[in-house]
Parts: sequence; structure tokens; C-alpha cells
Amino acid sequence: MKYVDEFRDRDKAAILVREIGALAACIGRQIHIMEVCGGHTHSIFRYGVEGMLPSRIELVHGPGCPVCVLPIGRVDACLGIAEQPGVIFTTFGDAMRVPGSRKSLMQAKAEGADIRMVYSPLDALAIARANPEREVVFFGLGFETTMPSTALTILQADREDIANFSVFCNHITIVPTIRAILESPDLELDGFLGPGHVSMVIGTAPYEFIARFHRKPMVIAGFEPLDILQSIWMVLKQIKDGRAEIENQYARVVPEAGNAAALRAVAQVYELREFFEWRGLGSIEHSGVQLRAEYARFDAERKFAIPNISIADPAACQCGEVLKGLIKPWQCRLFGSACTPETPLGALMVSSEGACAAYHQYGGKVQRAETA
Amino acid sequence: MCLGIPGRIVRIDDAANMLATVDVGGVRRQINIVCIVDETHPVESCVGDWVLIHVGFAMSRIDEAEAAETLRILQELGEAQAEMEAMRLGATSAKASP
Repeated sequence: MKYVDEFRDRDKAAILVREIGALAACIGRQIHIMEVCGGHTHSIFRYGVEGMLPSRIELVHGPGCPVCVLPIGRVDACLGIAEQPGVIFTTFGDAMRVPGSRKSLMQAKAEGADIRMVYSPLDALAIARANPEREVVFFGLGFETTMPSTALTILQADREDIANFSVFCNHITIVPTIRAILESPDLELDGFLGPGHVSMVIGTAPYEFIARFHRKPMVIAGFEPLDILQSIWMVLKQIKDGRAEIENQYARVVPEAGNAAALRAVAQVYELREFFEWRGLGSIEHSGVQLRAEYARFDAERKFAIPNISIADPAACQCGEVLKGLIKPWQCRLFGSACTPETPLGALMVSSEGACAAYHQYGGKVQRAETA
Repeated sequence: MCLGIPGRIVRIDDAANMLATVDVGGVRRQINIVCIVDETHPVESCVGDWVLIHVGFAMSRIDEAEAAETLRILQELGEAQAEMEAMRLGATSAKASP
């Protein structure tokens, strides 16, 4: 496929691996690079990128998987809406297996709730159009990548006056969380791979504080193996040269200014929440958005009066430590025993973008390479 | 959800609502193109565009020149490595010969 195959070329990967090795040797110490985005985590495991890197370079898998950081209380709130009579609850497939305190959406569906997987919020709107006597709720989930699509769907519902459509908004924003990570005292990071598709929407300017105030390099990266290797190489070059800049490896998709139309829709429909809770990380200021009062009639939280309950993660669960990069997934006491992709306890085991599920699926190869 | 997929716009279905059909590796689907349209790039000029699609929306026009530039940097890196390797081999053989 065009724009995919040419970024998976083995010979070019081998060239980058040699350059990375030379730079790592030149820097001469242990280097920790965090990939913020769950999409990168998935690609890194899928293509065995960690196994190609010298042992001096350690990739820390960050909190950028929206399914993984969804707190139990919000999953319970979904179930509370989905199990009401007359409701059709629509969601991306990724969220179906996330465990709530009692069950997941998948289990609720098996028990008879009308829960439907959709590819796009526009599909949810089409269901609402076709079923005017039912309440159709879309589970809005994701970072800035999917935030505009939900906003544009709400604007479309508003134009068509589709009154039986609403959104349970759980969209979150990555920058305050990167800031929280940088201010966390127990974390040692030398640089970041920046989230490619969030940046396609927000542009490069919101990250400037990382370079300017925290003196850390960030390279906004694409998702193919060559993109990731080239971005690691660019981070290492900055470290070697003593530079801290926001660079853009993924310029074929990410314009410096982001996407104006998407940002307009986001600004029109949402406002920042004071706080939003992240599984494993706790409450982070201004890290989530909610619908503005003008769009209250499309806000499932107002339509269904959902209590904003906070439920603690299972006591033995170490998702938070994995999310902050303090332990590796296999060092969690539940990994692979009580917590598996078939019966996940923690959210990191649920989504294919979660570090634990990725280790579980592709891990054997990676661990061998690390011990070699 | 976050990864997206590249596809090519083959037809404008509804210019007023900014809906178009894309071809993704032989599979066709209707998507919304409002995020890639502006005064310099009107709806009718979108046919043939390569776009990155997320959850039913074209979110970015893929920049052919930038894609080529990324690959060119890698190409040059490979050529530089080959040259270094040749120099190293040359140096060894020069040392070996009397």
C-alpha cells in the first residue's frame, strides 16, 4: 500500500539501526526515551523495534492509549447508560472489553443491552436517524485525533436537529499529562517520541514548553517502523549535540500549524474540564473536555444524570507504575497470571495499544533480545 | 482508533455536506472531508488526493514531497554508510599491502 510499504523497507531499517548504534555509543550512557502514544507502543511491539536497538536505549511506554487510561468509574457510567431501557449505546470496538467494577460492555451486551460497535461517530448518528424513537448514545473516546470527528458529528446532529442523539464525552488531551509526567520527581527521561496523529490536529507549538522549560528533545513521529527508527535517531542526535527542540519527522502528515478546520470544530463544541481522572495516573488538571452549554442537548452526561463516581483500581493492579515507566509490564505481579488479554484486570491488558497486551502478544521475542 | 489508514479520494458524493468516497486498498467507503477542505483547496479539487483517514474523517492530506524527503534522507544515510565502509575497506587493504 502506498505510504505504508516504503516505510517498512528492511535495508533502510538496517541503515538506521547502524546509525542509532553509533550515536548511542558516542553518547555513552543509558538513554530513556518515552513514546507518548499508544499507537507507537503498538508499532514498536508489532515490528520488534526494541529488539533492534542497542541495550543502552530503553523505550518507556507512555500513557497515550485512551482506552487504557479510562477509569473504572467511567466504564460503570457507560454501563449505567447502556442498560437503560430504550437506549442504543454505540462505541468503538476497542472499548468493549475494558473492565468496569462489575462487568465490561461486552458482558452487558451478552446480557441483552443494545450495545453496538461502530467504526465512526457518523455511523452512530446514522443509527439515531434511523431509530427516532430510541435514544442513541455515542461513547466519545480518544485524544485530539478523534476529538474533532465527535465534534463535527455533534455539529451535524445540531444542523439536522437529531434530538435522540447524544455523546458520552470522555475525550482527553495529552499535553497536560506530558506536563504532569515531566513534573513527576521519580521519572528520568532523556527525550520523547511525540504523538503523530494528535500533532496532525494540534500542530507542533503546544509542545514548545518541553524543549524550552524542561530542556528535553521531542521528535513527532510517524507509525511505520522506519518512522519510529528515524525519530529515535533524531532524538539521539539532539542529545549528542546538546540540543532540545521539537522536531517533526512525520511532516508528510503533520503540518506545523495543525489542522485549522478540526481545531475550529473542537473550540466550538468543547470546553476544558477542571479535572479528569486517568486510570493509574489519578486526577489531572485540564486534561479532559466536555460539551459546551450550547450543545447541552447532545450531552449524555446531562441527559442521563450520571454520577461522576471514582472507583479505585484493583489493589494488586500496577497499571499506574507501568504507565509511568517505573516497571516493565512483566514485572507486574498479575502479568500473564491473573491478568491476560482474555481476562484483563488492568486496562493496559485490554487494548492492542496497551503496553501489557503488546508485551503479552509479542513479548517473548523482546525479552529474549533484552537478555541477550 | 488512533492509527488511521491512508486512502485515495475517488469521488465527491455530496459537496454540501462534504462527503466523499475513498478507496483504501480496494475497499470503498464514504468519509467526511471537511477537515481537508479550505479556500485554497476546494471540494472539487479533492478527487485524487491521498488522505489519512481516522474514524470516518479525512484528517490530513498526505504530502507527497514531504514523504519523498523523508525517504531521501534515509537514502543519503545509506549512501554515506556505504562510502564509509568502502573507505574503511580501502584503508585496511592499503595497510595490508606493502
